[in-house]
Amino acid sequence: MSNKKNTAMTFGSHVKELAKSDFITYGVVIAAFIIVSIFSSSGLLGRKAAGLLVPVCCYIVMALSLNLTVGIMGELSLGHAGFMSVGAFSGVIASMLLGEVIDNNVIRLAVAILVGAFFAAIVGFLIGIPVLRLRGDYLAIVTLAFGEIIKDLINCLVVGIDKNGLHIIFNFKGDKSAADLNLAEGGKAIIKGAQGATGTDKIATFAAGFVLILIALFIIQSLVRSRVGRAIIACRDNRIAAESVGIDVMKYKMFAFVLSAAIAGSAGALYGANYSNLVATKFDFNTSILILVFVVLGGLGNMLGSVIAATVLYILPEALREFANYRMLIYAIVLILVMILTNNPRLVALREKLFSKVSSVFKKGKKKSESEGGK
Amino acid sequence: MEFLSYLISGISLGSVYAIIALGYTMVYGIAKMLNFAHGDVIMVGGYMSFCAMMYLGVNKWLSILIAMAVCTLLGILIEAFAYRPLRRATSLAVLITAIGVSYLLQNSALLIWSSNPKVFPSVVSGTLNAGGLSVSYVSLFTVAACIVIMVALSLFISKTKIGKAMRACSEDKDAARLMGINVNFTISVTFAIGSALAAIAGVLLCSSYPTLTPTTGAMPGIKAFTAAVFGGIGSIPGAFLGGILLGIIESFAKAYISTQLSNSIVFAVLIVVLLVRPAGLLGKKITEKV
Repeated sequence: MSNKKNTAMTFGSHVKELAKSDFITYGVVIAAFIIVSIFSSSGLLGRKAAGLLVPVCCYIVMALSLNLTVGIMGELSLGHAGFMSVGAFSGVIASMLLGEVIDNNVIRLAVAILVGAFFAAIVGFLIGIPVLRLRGDYLAIVTLAFGEIIKDLINCLVVGIDKNGLHIIFNFKGDKSAADLNLAEGGKAIIKGAQGATGTDKIATFAAGFVLILIALFIIQSLVRSRVGRAIIACRDNRIAAESVGIDVMKYKMFAFVLSAAIAGSAGALYGANYSNLVATKFDFNTSILILVFVVLGGLGNMLGSVIAATVLYILPEALREFANYRMLIYAIVLILVMILTNNPRLVALREKLFSKVSSVFKKGKKKSESEGGK
Repeated sequence: MEFLSYLISGISLGSVYAIIALGYTMVYGIAKMLNFAHGDVIMVGGYMSFCAMMYLGVNKWLSILIAMAVCTLLGILIEAFAYRPLRRATSLAVLITAIGVSYLLQNSALLIWSSNPKVFPSVVSGTLNAGGLSVSYVSLFTVAACIVIMVALSLFISKTKIGKAMRACSEDKDAARLMGINVNFTISVTFAIGSALAAIAGVLLCSSYPTLTPTTGAMPGIKAFTAAVFGGIGSIPGAFLGGILLGIIESFAKAYISTQLSNSIVFAVLIVVLLVRPAGLLGKKITEKV
């Protein structure tokens, strides 16, 4: 009897603990937004730093989205930039189409983000059908393949608008250009094949980025704490056991994958709205890898970790610009060292030993409760 | 005639992919890791051979040997310093480390040789003209080299003692260790062989496509990895078959469908193959035990 009560209590406190960590994540994001806003409104932020704000928000949302796939769902995706690309270009088209109809840039941006998320979700679903049948490294290589295919296809896209509506052609042979769209007078080419989208409106704002981060965080964290989220985690931890208790693994994985794609698409739409020109080759394998690095260094399944890692690792190379050519070299060395220091069993044991020594010196009295709470 | 010349250039390109894929597949088979830095070892091999020819003025063939020696050493060092500490870590941690090594090699090359493309002098020059068909000697040499390497590697793996140790390690590292096999040494040898092959592939690749930049190895690396998966990763004949098929598909896609989409077509074929045969063309299907 008392035993049962005990488990119920620990479960309750466990849930409270989780809720607490969720609120800490929201708190950190909101606090960071307020601080940065104060800085930028008082003009303390340089032009260059101010220009980084929206891309940082986009990459944070991308990291959150990929963390859903890699951390929560447990499948390695190497083509996540593809969804970002779909979102970016569909968002750009939507915002240009709406340019004449809607005057309010905030609504226009919101619609563009929704359109980006929608199209990325469709592509995510189509890709998910073959991809989620595979496992492990094979799944990873197929996501890589899809990422490259999306990049190449968008690179062939020529799109323009005029009074008759949208004109789209595929430039497969490399012999077509914006002139082949046969636009009516007053029409405008939005996407010009390999040149990408040019002359689009810059309507993204830092506040929009902040709201998008909060929405992405809210969606993912409530998903993880829900019944569906627990089913997805069960599939990750033990597929066979999950199947044996009646969880439809394919269905839940697909749900997580499509949701992840939609979030990535919204991030892409925001990214696209931040620049007046955009090329498809920006969203290549290297971008996918960059986001994966954010997720892994931030900690798999740890949303706050993704936010912090994306912020620090996106700003770090920019801040190191003075060192010009050496910065990526430093970045590479830091990456390797961090991975070894955090994953080598001997070094991890050594670090924990040092840590416990340090903490025992600082708070001798509290040590007992500490060791109970830790692993 | 046109068809034949596309076929030959496809086989030649495929041979380069096959040589790179052999390195990928060996490393994957034994260390169970995706070595994303492999493509950049190709680039280092190309630069080493280039420097040996241009600055040291050595013979073409000697330059290949120098490139192989440097890459072998590089492969052993990368394995010892970056991958060995992570032998028991999750595959994702190793993957990110491999990406770090890839960045390290690319950016070191950028600092040393700058991003200006170098024009690589072909190791074999001239073309063979036979009945209206002209084939460069480089293509023929590449195909021949690939076949020789493939046969030699198969014999090495199946006949020698160290080859046997490699097979044992790829089956079960702990059991191999209990049988007295030095697992770390065996993995080092695998990396050494893979990197030496990458050096050869680098020289052959640059002989056919003579521009050399710090990112030269990236795309062939990814495609060779695709080839290894295509043929069934971990299988040596699979890597050979996958490489050749991939080269032919790419060559035909470029010639008959679209230059811009040739990579996409290659990747689309990979996806279809994996859907029909989830373990690749010649891969072993592993049944899951509960």
